[in-house]
Amino acid sequence: MSTTDIGWWGLAASLVLVAVAVGLSLALGLGLARTMLWSSARAALQLAAVGVALGLVLEPGAPVAWAWVWVAGMTVFAAVTVARRTPEVPGIGPLALVACVAVVVVSLGVVFGLGIFPMEARAIVPLGGMMVGNAMAATVVAARRLVGELSEQRDEVEARLALGHSWPEASRPYVRRAMRTAMTSQIESTKAVGLVFLPGAMTGLVLAGVDARQAVAVQLAVMYLILGSVATAVVVIGLGVVRRLFTPDHRLRPLRFC
Amino acid sequence: MTSDTPWHALRFEGVHLAFDTPSGPAEVLRGISVTVPLDGITAVVGPSGSGKSSMLRLCNRLEVPTSGHVTLDGTDLADLDPLALRRRVGMVFQRPVLFAGTVADNLAVAAPGIDTDPAAGAAALARCGLGADLLDRTADQLSGGEAQRMCLARTLCTDPEVVLMDEVTSSLDPAARATIEALATELTADGIAVLWVTHDHDQARRIAQRTVVVDDGVVVAVEQS
Repeated sequence: MSTTDIGWWGLAASLVLVAVAVGLSLALGLGLARTMLWSSARAALQLAAVGVALGLVLEPGAPVAWAWVWVAGMTVFAAVTVARRTPEVPGIGPLALVACVAVVVVSLGVVFGLGIFPMEARAIVPLGGMMVGNAMAATVVAARRLVGELSEQRDEVEARLALGHSWPEASRPYVRRAMRTAMTSQIESTKAVGLVFLPGAMTGLVLAGVDARQAVAVQLAVMYLILGSVATAVVVIGLGVVRRLFTPDHRLRPLRFC
Repeated sequence: MTSDTPWHALRFEGVHLAFDTPSGPAEVLRGISVTVPLDGITAVVGPSGSGKSSMLRLCNRLEVPTSGHVTLDGTDLADLDPLALRRRVGMVFQRPVLFAGTVADNLAVAAPGIDTDPAAGAAALARCGLGADLLDRTADQLSGGEAQRMCLARTLCTDPEVVLMDEVTSSLDPAARATIEALATELTADGIAVLWVTHDHDQARRIAQRTVVVDDGVVVAVEQS
């Protein structure tokens, strides 16, 4: 058995760990057993479907355009996910789409424009997925945190407005704080990489038998790209959302924050 | 109206103000019409939820009427630049709003650069009876009374002609309350008009030249002291 072909038996054996997690939930009364079983089954179904579709996209000779269609689909799905997770943010759907598109354009533009990876389906799809996926998570945090900051600090914001500050001035400290919070997780991951954990891309390459030094180089490039993607998404969403929370005549709109 | 023309009267004309709430729209002002001369202290008195604070927030456009008009000498506030208006119509809130940093940092939010000019900072604090030794103190170390006076000093840094004071003594002890009341009276001597919101009729009678009594979103009386 090779490290890249675990076979049906290997897959079935890995379910032992799901059984352990379910057992712990039942023993401790966490009430998560049903959710864990459902999540595991759903992941299996989703990945099976993705595997079939990805097989077609990555097939030798398949048009590269299919890979871009795949990335476009992921981008839209990410924007919809952000909108569903942050219903308290007004007009978040279009903004999330703009943020995700910006991430794809900037990150894949750098990747293929500078020739870091060859522009082929095998690079476009996984890199696009990683960039959009990480940006999506950061976008949710940034949007929620920004609405939270302005809602919790409403008194301060209105005091600044009452002193004659424009809304960009009055909101600046809180926008900065929300952006820092949204980016901190990725920055900490970047700092801890290799010391605390081996990230996914590198783990996959090592398991696939690629030389460790080569795997490290690929992983570093991916980490840097993700950092840039997260920063791009957070800035786009931060500046876009804050604009929607104020009126053109510099009043803070009523905010609904749960 | 030019930016340096002094104002004489603030007028509410058929002002309605409603907010969306989870249980539907809630009307807090229901057709208010009253003229407030901009000299001396005018108290706006009423019970909690009567709409008196909302009236104050309309005066510097932190709120805008759902219908009706608020005018300054006949000019609708909606036609004025809100940022310039807010520097001419300053506001002090019920709870002292302290920004992070020192007292000097707080003053600099209203007057950029004052934090590097100790003499100007000291003069701003002195106007509200505070010593220059407070400039370098962290704002959240101030007592309640000092904090509210610092907020007033910060508001005065924009050189306003009108100061809106929203229940500014409600959380203060009697001595601090008396100090703030005396400061409000001193402001009027400098030609600054004060709109003073309170639920305390005795306080209104003590400090104001006229009182607008509000109840359930309407003006029920205008009394001269």
